[in-house]
Order: sequence, then C-alpha cells, then structure tokens
Amino acid sequence: MLSLLLRKLKIGRLTEKVRNSHLSQGSSDLPASFRQSLHIRHLACGSCNACDWEMAALSNSLYDHQHFGIDFVASPRHADLLMCTGPGSTHLLKAASETYEALPNPKWVMAVGDCAIDGGVFKGAYACEEGISRILPVDYKVPGCPPTPDDLMKALLEMMGKEVS
Amino acid sequence: MLALREYLQSYHSYPGIKIIEWKKREGMVDVPARDLPEILTYCLDMRPRPIWLTHVVNDERQLGNGFCVYLVLHFPGKDFSLTLVAKGIKDKFPTLSLIFPALNWSEREAQDLFGLQAVGHPDPRPLVLHPGWSQDFHPLCKDYKAGQDRKAFKRQPLVFPEMHGDGIFQVSVGPIHAGIIEPGHFRFYAIGEPVLHLEAQLFYTHKGVEKLLEGKSIEEGLQIIERLCGVCTVSHSLAYCEAVEKLASVEVPRQVLLWRTILAELERVYNHVGDIGNMCAGVGFALGNANGAQGKEKLQRLNSDYFGHRFLRGMVVPGGLKSIPGAKDRKDLLNRLLVLSDDFEDWIPLLQEHDGFRQRAVTAGILKTDVALDMGVTGPAARASGLANDWRELHAYLLYAELNVKSIVRQDGDAWSRLMVRVKETRESFRFLNTLLREAMQGPELDDEKLTALAGKKIRLLTPAWGCVESPKGTEVIWLMLDDEGKIYRCRIRSASYANWPAVPLTMPGNIVPDFPLINKSFELCYSCCDR
Repeated sequence: MLSLLLRKLKIGRLTEKVRNSHLSQGSSDLPASFRQSLHIRHLACGSCNACDWEMAALSNSLYDHQHFGIDFVASPRHADLLMCTGPGSTHLLKAASETYEALPNPKWVMAVGDCAIDGGVFKGAYACEEGISRILPVDYKVPGCPPTPDDLMKALLEMMGKEVS
Repeated sequence: MLALREYLQSYHSYPGIKIIEWKKREGMVDVPARDLPEILTYCLDMRPRPIWLTHVVNDERQLGNGFCVYLVLHFPGKDFSLTLVAKGIKDKFPTLSLIFPALNWSEREAQDLFGLQAVGHPDPRPLVLHPGWSQDFHPLCKDYKAGQDRKAFKRQPLVFPEMHGDGIFQVSVGPIHAGIIEPGHFRFYAIGEPVLHLEAQLFYTHKGVEKLLEGKSIEEGLQIIERLCGVCTVSHSLAYCEAVEKLASVEVPRQVLLWRTILAELERVYNHVGDIGNMCAGVGFALGNANGAQGKEKLQRLNSDYFGHRFLRGMVVPGGLKSIPGAKDRKDLLNRLLVLSDDFEDWIPLLQEHDGFRQRAVTAGILKTDVALDMGVTGPAARASGLANDWRELHAYLLYAELNVKSIVRQDGDAWSRLMVRVKETRESFRFLNTLLREAMQGPELDDEKLTALAGKKIRLLTPAWGCVESPKGTEVIWLMLDDEGKIYRCRIRSASYANWPAVPLTMPGNIVPDFPLINKSFELCYSCCDR
C-alpha cells in the first residue's frame, strides 16, 4: 500500500487537457443540446486494429475520457453513438446492421479512420465494402490511419458541442 | 543437415525428388505430393524437432505447374530452413494435418480459397469463408477476378458440434464484443461453471488481403502489409522487406540493420507493456491495467516523437529505412527510454506481489508442451510452455546474433507464465535498446539516399522467397513470389496469431467461463492479421 501511495505521489496528475490538433469533418444534424454525457459502442468492422487500440487509449490516465462524461458501454442498447472502425467486412455486415438496429433513437454513427470512411488501403478486396457508409448512415468522419487519440477526443468533444480551446 | 540431404537423395531412389537448391541456411526440394506425408514424418522425427514457418498453396496453372504446395520447415539449432515443394496438384492433395496438426487451418483454408481437397483431413469444415458464399467461389484461383460476389453473400447459420447430456449448456459470445475489441464468435460448452469445450469461430474480419495484394507493385504491397495488423506494423513490414531483399539479393548496410533492430524492439516493448496491462484488465485488476496503459501510451508517444507515427508505420521500406533520427534525437530517445524502463520496474512488483491477481493467473489456461509443439504454437505462448523458439535466437537476422538473444522459457504453460515471459522479455528489450542506441549515438548521420539500396537492383521473378521476424506475438512469416512484370504474384501471410489461435480453445477445458478473458488476453492474439 505504501509503495502504491509513493508511486501516486511521484507521478502526480496525469490527465491532460485536450490538445487542439486536427480537422474532422462533420456532416449531419447533430444535437445542440448534447452536452451532458455521451455513451459509445465500438463496432469493429474489419479494421486492422490500429484504430481500435487508439480508441482503447482514450481510457488511459492521460486522456481519461470519463472526465468529459464520455463512456464506452457494453451493450448497443445503452449507447448514443456507434464508433465504427474498418472498411466493413462482408462476414460482419449482418452483425453490424443488427448492432445499429439495437441502438435506441436518437442515434449517431461515427466512421473512425480512413478505411471506415472509404475503404482505405483495402479498397477493392473481395470480402469488404468501401467504407462503413455503404451499410450504415454515417454522421461524423474522423480521418487518419489511424487517427490519434487526440484527434478522436477532439472529434468527440466537438460532436458533443463542447468548446475545445 | 547432411543426414536429411542424404535421406532425400536416397528416398526410394525416386526420380521425382529433385534438390533445387541447398545452401548453408536454406534448401528447397521438389517432392511428389503423395510422398509429402512420409517425408514430413521423417523430418518431424528429427531432434530437435523442426518448427513450421509457413504452408503456402499457390495456383501456378498458368506457369504449367498446376497447384503447388510449399511447406517451409525450420530446423532449430542448425539454423536451416527447408522448403518442400509439391507441384502438379490437380484438385486434391494428401492431408498433412494428421501427422502435424499445426497445418490443420492452413489446409482448410486451401480448401476454401482454392477449391482443392485435402484428402483425409480430420476436420474438413469451411474455415475462412463463412457459410453463405456461392459454392464455386474460390477467390485465390488465378482465374477469379475480384468482382461483386460479396453482394450475393447470404449469411447461413454457422456449423458447431452438438453436445448432449444433463446440465450441459452453451454460452455464445460475439462476434461483437462488449469492449473495444475485434470481432470473433466463441461458443462455450459448459457444465456448471467449468468449460467442457470451446469453439472459436474467427474470420469475421476476413477482407481478402492476399488476393488484393496480387498484381500490386512492391511499394503498393507494403502499404497493405503495414496495415495487416495495427500493432505488428514493423514486424510485418520487416518480414515483407526481408523477402523482397532476398529476391533482389540486397545486403542492407549495418546502420540500417541497427535501426531496424531498434524499431523492432521498440515495437516489442510497447506491445508487451500494453499486453501486460491488458491481462490485468482481463481479471478486472484496474491498478495493473492503468499502469500498463500509461506505459504503453508513453512509449507510443515516443514512437510518434522520433519516428513520426505512434505505430511506427512508414519507417521500414524495401532495401532500407525511410529516415533515421539525428544525433540529438538519438540521445533524447535513449534518455526517455531509460526513464520508462525505470518506471516499468517500479510498477511490475505491484502486480507480481498481488495475491488476488496471482490466484487468478496461476494454473489458468494451461497449454502443455506437447500440445504447443504439435499445434505449432509460437511466441511468448510457446516459450511459456517450455519451447525455446524465439526466432531472434534461432536465426541470425538483424543484429540479434550480436545481442546474443536467449529465449525466455518457463515450463508451466499457464497465464501467469505467459505474463512472466513478457515481463522478462520487456526487461531484455529495454537492455537491448540501451546497447543499440549507444551504438547508434556513435554512428554517422546518414543521408536518405544511402538508406535505400534497392533502387536499380535486378529482382528475381517467379521465384519464391520468405521473410520471417519475431514480433511481440510470435514468429511472423511472409512468403512472396513476383510475376514476370515484378508485381506480386502471390503473397502468403502466416502471422503469429494465425499459428496460435487454434491452440487457444484447447487451453479452456476445465477452466471457468469468467477466466476466458484472462486466458485469451494472456495469448493476446490479433484477429485482423489472422483473418486477413
């Protein structure tokens, strides 16, 4: 216990302010009143797992998404937003649309990473779509291969209508 | 290797066997398909027992060879790799899975993607293509051109074994999981809490990458290879570049080898630190998870600061490197690594001395040595089960021979052993990085032209070559053949995850369902580079 406390004192506070670092492309009608909390469900649709790891990084102590009211939830029934990674592999399309159906209204979809937006390097492969927008209505796009956690955080906050300095 | 060579030469004194190439480190032998099982049996009886590197099926009908099977074996201790080639296969080949279960998946994959039949295969169910594709859809045949077949895909129910008896029930999980994880379907057959049997249905992220690579130039191919899997970018691109450099007979300069070794070790360190943290997440041990995630984040920021990408993408190119950091950066890089290495030593005891965590991890998910051997398991999973098969030790590549790498081996084969192997390997990697960066600090500044030696070299066409690299997950193998225009003719990707996944369900029986996250994370396998 003592070693734990000492370590805590040595490290101090880790969580950082969000850095203003990127461009994201908003598109559709996002709510202006969406300010309290945002619950997200991740949907991996054939990604190379780099985007997934960057999303997972949001929960580490340096970004700590929870202090913005953002959380990743276990069931689509609890989610407002579906964050999709990957170009949309054929084997997953049914599960992907079922996941989308399971989200309660109102609901939004974010395409995370280049291949979720337009297929990226996997364009033209026989068992995947050219972007998740071919099967789900995408409201928000975050480019990058993969987008950094900073990019993701900023995009999420922007989407929630929060000011990012 | 002389005994093996003599055996092959005298084999039935049969003219079908032809030694195409026999060099110090590599050999290639043509054998008739029907003799493959017997020759493989002979090889597997040798001690130390050979490990498999890759198993490739190739459609060479246009070249007049029919379908071909390439099986690459490595003989540990002798640093010799042998490719057995069976040409002229029409529509069936004898299965090798009964002799060597490690080839089970690869042969099933050949049935799906080429429409060949592995005669006598113990489990001929489809693997890579889920039920729902049209019957004659065999995308890796050369006469198939990527089209719109996916539009006709109608998902059919998956086939699972039935199980009967009082109190037996099934728990079905996935393909979409509760966390931020890749997709896969797991079917637990449980009686009470203990698991009797586990079926893992993967290949949900199958995109058809091997077909996509065909017809691409070497540079275009690299873009895709780097994106096979997010966290093994360096290893995959190194394996790919090794294959290309073999074909071009290029020797890369020492400075390039040095920096490639540094990149490979940086990748190992950030992965291992993150994976150790993730194992803690598997049992809900937030303290370990938080420290692992912090460590990983700091290491990835270091990657980004000195190499421009958090996953080190874009650094390794055929023939060399894109760029290397300047003198001042090298010193800073080393200093920051030393701090992170101290930090690692600081929090690891918290985990090792935590009774609750030990209780969960010790004896969870035991992988026995003989199973690991038969299933061709690789990486930390194999080393935790007593197999000293670190490719950095087995084969002299990059600068590993000078670093005198020794496989970190433990005998128990449980989740705890896999964790401890990672801990020790991380420690070793920090030590290697220290040595390597000290050498790098003495090294000259290099201009970009010296970093790529491939330009203007003649590349051998229609000849197979493979590259092999020890990634944080295990040995990654990329097998490559170029067509007569220098474009990719066939590229087979045998990732460490592909080799290890079939072994994961075997470790479950007897464990309880809630231990699966821990056991799964102790293997820490990717879905993407397995499914491709």
